[in-house]
Amino acid sequence: MIHSLFLINASGDIFLEKHWKSVVSRSVCDYFFEAQERASEAENVPPVIPTPHHYLLSVYRHKIFFVAVIQSEVPPLFVIEFLHRVVDTFQDYFGVCSEVIIKDNVVVVYEVLEEMLDNGFPLATESNILKELIKPPTILRTVVNTITGSTNVGDQLPTGQLSVVPWRRTGVKYTNNEAYFDVIEEIDAIIDKSGSTITAEIQGVIDACVKLTGMPDLTLSFMNPRLLDDVSFHPCVRFKRWESERILSFIPPDGNFRLLSYHVSAQNLVAIPVYVKHNISFRDSSSLGRFEITVGPKQTMGKTVEGVMVTSQMPKSVLNMTLTPSQGTHAFDPVTKLLSWDVGKINPQKLPSLKGTVSLQAGTSKPDENPTINLQFKIQQLAISGLKVNRLDMYGEKYKPFKGIKYMTKAGKFQVRT
Amino acid sequence: MTKGWIASLMEGCEQKKKRLKTGKNVKMGFFFPLVWFRHDDLKEMLDSNKDSLKLEAMKRIVAMIARGKNASDLFPAVVKNVACKNIEVKKLVYVYLVRYAEEQQDLALLSISTFQRGLKDPNQLIRASALRVLSSIRVPIIVPIMMLAIKEAASDMSPYVRKTAAHAIPKLYSLDSDQKDQLIEVIEKLLADKTTLVAGSVVMAFEEVCPERIDLIHKNYRKLCNLLIDVEEWGQVVIINMLTRYARTQFLSPNQNQESLLEENTEKAFYGSEEEDTKDAKAEAASMAKRKPYVMDPDHRLLLRNTKPLLQSRNAAVVMAVAQLYFHLAPKAEVGVIAKALVRLLRSHSEVQYVVLQNVATMSIKRRGMFEPYLKSFYIRSTDPTQIKILKLEVLTNLANETNISTILREFQTYIRSMDKDFVAATIQAIGRCATNIGKVRDTCLNGLVQLLSNRDELVVAESVVVIKKLLQMQPAQHSEIIKHMAKLTDNIQVPMARASILWLIGEYCEHVPKIAPDVLRKMAKSFTNEEDIVKLQVINLAAKLYLTNSKQSKLLTQYVLNLAKYDQNYDIRDRARFIRQLIVPTEKSGALNKYAKKLFLAQKPAPILESSFKDRDHFQLGSLSHLLNAKAVGYQELPDWPDEAPDPSVRNVEVPEWTKCTSREKRKEKVEKPFYSDSEGESGPTESADSEPESGSEENGSSSSSGSSSSGTEEEDEEEEEEDSGEQSEDKEEEEEEEEEEKRPKRKDKEGSHKAVLRTAGSPSEEEEEEGAKKSKKKALQGRKGRAETSSEASTSESSSSGSDSGSEAEAKQRKAPPSSKASSKEISLLDLDDFTPPPPQPIPSSSIISTSLVTDLEGLTLTDTSLTPTLLSPAFSAVKTYELLHRMAGEGLAVEYCFSRRPFPSDPHMVAVQIQISNNTDTEVKNLRVNEPKPLSGMRIQEFPEIVAALWFQSTWRQGTQPPW
Repeated sequence: MIHSLFLINASGDIFLEKHWKSVVSRSVCDYFFEAQERASEAENVPPVIPTPHHYLLSVYRHKIFFVAVIQSEVPPLFVIEFLHRVVDTFQDYFGVCSEVIIKDNVVVVYEVLEEMLDNGFPLATESNILKELIKPPTILRTVVNTITGSTNVGDQLPTGQLSVVPWRRTGVKYTNNEAYFDVIEEIDAIIDKSGSTITAEIQGVIDACVKLTGMPDLTLSFMNPRLLDDVSFHPCVRFKRWESERILSFIPPDGNFRLLSYHVSAQNLVAIPVYVKHNISFRDSSSLGRFEITVGPKQTMGKTVEGVMVTSQMPKSVLNMTLTPSQGTHAFDPVTKLLSWDVGKINPQKLPSLKGTVSLQAGTSKPDENPTINLQFKIQQLAISGLKVNRLDMYGEKYKPFKGIKYMTKAGKFQVRT
Repeated sequence: MTKGWIASLMEGCEQKKKRLKTGKNVKMGFFFPLVWFRHDDLKEMLDSNKDSLKLEAMKRIVAMIARGKNASDLFPAVVKNVACKNIEVKKLVYVYLVRYAEEQQDLALLSISTFQRGLKDPNQLIRASALRVLSSIRVPIIVPIMMLAIKEAASDMSPYVRKTAAHAIPKLYSLDSDQKDQLIEVIEKLLADKTTLVAGSVVMAFEEVCPERIDLIHKNYRKLCNLLIDVEEWGQVVIINMLTRYARTQFLSPNQNQESLLEENTEKAFYGSEEEDTKDAKAEAASMAKRKPYVMDPDHRLLLRNTKPLLQSRNAAVVMAVAQLYFHLAPKAEVGVIAKALVRLLRSHSEVQYVVLQNVATMSIKRRGMFEPYLKSFYIRSTDPTQIKILKLEVLTNLANETNISTILREFQTYIRSMDKDFVAATIQAIGRCATNIGKVRDTCLNGLVQLLSNRDELVVAESVVVIKKLLQMQPAQHSEIIKHMAKLTDNIQVPMARASILWLIGEYCEHVPKIAPDVLRKMAKSFTNEEDIVKLQVINLAAKLYLTNSKQSKLLTQYVLNLAKYDQNYDIRDRARFIRQLIVPTEKSGALNKYAKKLFLAQKPAPILESSFKDRDHFQLGSLSHLLNAKAVGYQELPDWPDEAPDPSVRNVEVPEWTKCTSREKRKEKVEKPFYSDSEGESGPTESADSEPESGSEENGSSSSSGSSSSGTEEEDEEEEEEDSGEQSEDKEEEEEEEEEEKRPKRKDKEGSHKAVLRTAGSPSEEEEEEGAKKSKKKALQGRKGRAETSSEASTSESSSSGSDSGSEAEAKQRKAPPSSKASSKEISLLDLDDFTPPPPQPIPSSSIISTSLVTDLEGLTLTDTSLTPTLLSPAFSAVKTYELLHRMAGEGLAVEYCFSRRPFPSDPHMVAVQIQISNNTDTEVKNLRVNEPKPLSGMRIQEFPEIVAALWFQSTWRQGTQPPW
């Protein structure tokens, strides 16, 4: 399956290599560099590159290319999904996943990679098992290790791999037993010129942070489970219970995990919480254009819209923009032609707006396209789909856990065409 | 960086040992990879007897390996530490060994004995890790040792060790493929393993070593299907892919009938003429007659059913694997379920999107309807990477049909104004394809494209010209206006491909634009020397065509062009000019071809077909690398075609006699789901498999023996039972088993004897039974009227025990097997014994059912404490194959409700069916007044309600309820 893994940074240096079978020379990456050159941007590097003897499958995250080398037929998603899992694990271990962090922790990284694959086939990918095998480095632990001479490698053996609930560590103990669930919904939408919705859908996730002693068995039920159109579960969720009763029943992993992600389809009406009024025009004759954006709330269920951020990719012929915002700060990068406006909170009484002129390159004709506007925002304590958690019950343990639920709505890929 | 340097300098000093422990330079090891080290230091550290030093050295060495630096000269120093006590040192030594053993084979042998010792360790995890490293060091000399170790580990007690053995198989195979036969034996053995831990790994080994030995799967097929949901996600992917191939060889195509029908229908829609239709229909009818009606193999169904929940997996690879399985194996009508899951994956990382969209593109050609509801999910955002945009465009184009084309074209219009020019070009191509495929919008598209000709961006114009050229070829006569318009463009447009396209068009249709064509040639002749090669070739082409059609006006021009071309730098152009001159200009030397010149040049050319590059990609298994690359990858296993004749399905049977198989079904299911999902209700189905065999046998024995012991004093109802159905013993047996299972669960909680409410609102089918029921209820009724307290305790206890409890039902089961005749007398005796009046001899009474029901209605209100009126009649109803959960005890806060269709006619009304509802109260509080509250049946349905159940401390109640089916 997976032969080797190369980590390549933005400037094209291979800064880590790991082989699970015979060594594959790093010159194989030359094919990758070629493809990288051909693609103008990093996102456009094809994820699968055939070379005469190998196939290179890559993912690009955190400005690092993770390039897996394979030699024979294997489902590409298998490799890609695994690579993403590797990145997630690094993130889980070190908080962030960057070149510096990986270089600093190269031994831990190597040990983790060694455990994740055996002969190229995934062995342990659950972060709970891995953390039991190789403890993530913390400042305290490094200090303690140096003093006592103990190691990062767990001395107990990976018992989790033997259990029927491989995602949960055994013998978990907490003094404060708590279970927090965040219901986060993202609105993906395309709004057209006139302000009508072309497509809108809600993608939701329930992220959990469960710190409970022992082997608790949780059930989570919703007031309105019918809303959920399509769901995918963490493997801990008992599928049959969901099928028959629409209840999430599971033995949770320890710590942070994504319990569920769901989809509320476009067929249902999705409330769009903000609107954008825009007036962008370039004139053929003069080299000046007009630019005006106003953002306002709409269908917010009485909540305030915060963290609003407007970004827009301007056409190449735009030289500069002279704009004045009524609130927040804005910036225009004349090289990448990216306009960003950090609006902050929307006050319904006084709508934020950004007005000014655009100076175009003299001599060129006006751009045919008006830029699209990408919007980000956050609404606390609201799940826009109306999803509500009914109750959370715990079985199997005696103590009373502290339970908390938080709702949040965010903009996902929210785009306004102008 | 600087820190690293400092570290290295410090290392240079001899004080390193002291500093290592100060804690200040804790991170030294991690920074080390930036610096090249003198290996002598490391050797020294490795030779020291302090673990911390060894560890430090090993960390540095591993960091070197990670950087790709050569550390092979340290091999002797490192290999000595293979037996080190410190677990981290040991692990790092393993890492080193696996990396360099191949290069230093002789030295590597030094470590073997350590691993061999490890293989004998009492701790399973140490055994496993020893095997893992042993099999990972690629030294051919130790092949026999590895083989031995694998064989031993394959029969290890611990599933984890067996899993490691499965992992080791492909390693050994890649080292020495001569071991194949022996390895296949091990694989065969491990395939029979029943644990989920092993399943994924062994199938992986199977795929790498002997994917052609499909016969090894037969016996394990059902087990694999059933285990699937509990296997770890990576194993699931491998198993599903393997089972897809397996199913293709073993089952018949579920679409063989419909497919031909559907395909022919679509064909007809395109080119159909009337006679062909009828002919087709006849042929179809004939072939249908020949074919047997398709019945899906239960094993095929099993696979589809057990993979479906995995569409909900969080792992994109699993979802894709299930999707391809459904695409390749499921009947057309069922494939639709995968669309939703695939669309969900489009929210994932762009690499995942890329792969998924490629597959969706292929699927959407074959099964367009499947993705149509999700059309909007494929709309393109300006932030998508170009490669994703182009794939989405491909899908949108595939999905276009007459109904949605206007929306799609409107969407395309916005795309055309995008800044991403590659994407714009692709959009124009897509519009062209829509126009060719959907005749209705051809003119609209053409007009739209013509408008694009006045676009400022040259690339857009050029692309449009190329596409228009293709479209015009379909119906040139009507579009001379467009051709004229394009002729004008030659003045402005510079992109060679577009110019060439315009020239070709004018030449090809010069008869439609007789006035313009010579003028265009004139202009081109003027600029001939400055043109690109492809344009020059088309100028020559145009000249030749004009010469043939309109030689008066263009003779001189043509000769001028040909003369220019004769001295061109490019030999292609010189050749072409010479060739054409010989062909069209009649000279003495020119031969017979001259006469045919016109035919040669102005022959009708077929219009190009614009089709998706994803067409016919589905001959590769979807989701595979080969499909993605559209080329066979190394090691790709072809997806076989469906067989014409189904291979013998019995190969998958495990040697179990028929009747045990039936019972084992339920048992086995319980067992399989036990690993994790055991608390959920199993669904029934033909899910018997190999592993159930011994167990079911023993349980069978167990139950029958227990029934033997508990059958006393319950004869009364038994006979009735057995009269009812004596022929279907095996089936009943199975039902009994299930019933037993069902009842046990709540029973366990019921320690203090139970208050059971067993109610009967409708009679049962058999007449004799009916009569018995009637008699009994009559008797009960009498008693009831006298006063409930006086109820004969004997009768009620015996009846109640049989109605619900294990012993009772088992007793029935046993009794049923006995010949009915022997029981007749005993029944009467028991009746006589219990009651003080003589019952009439059992005779079939025509109106018995009416009597019984009316009696029962009389008895309404005489409930719970009277335990049971006609307990025995309930058990057959109880034994429906499948119960469904209406309310789980968690959700109902202790109250659980299950229902099942007893598949028996509802006696009071032949149009109704009985639904049996079982309510169990798992709490210790009382549940009162159970009744049907304002039923709201669908139109055409009605419900015959059951009487209110007043109160119960603990009860388990069963009744039948009539529901009018909608038909």
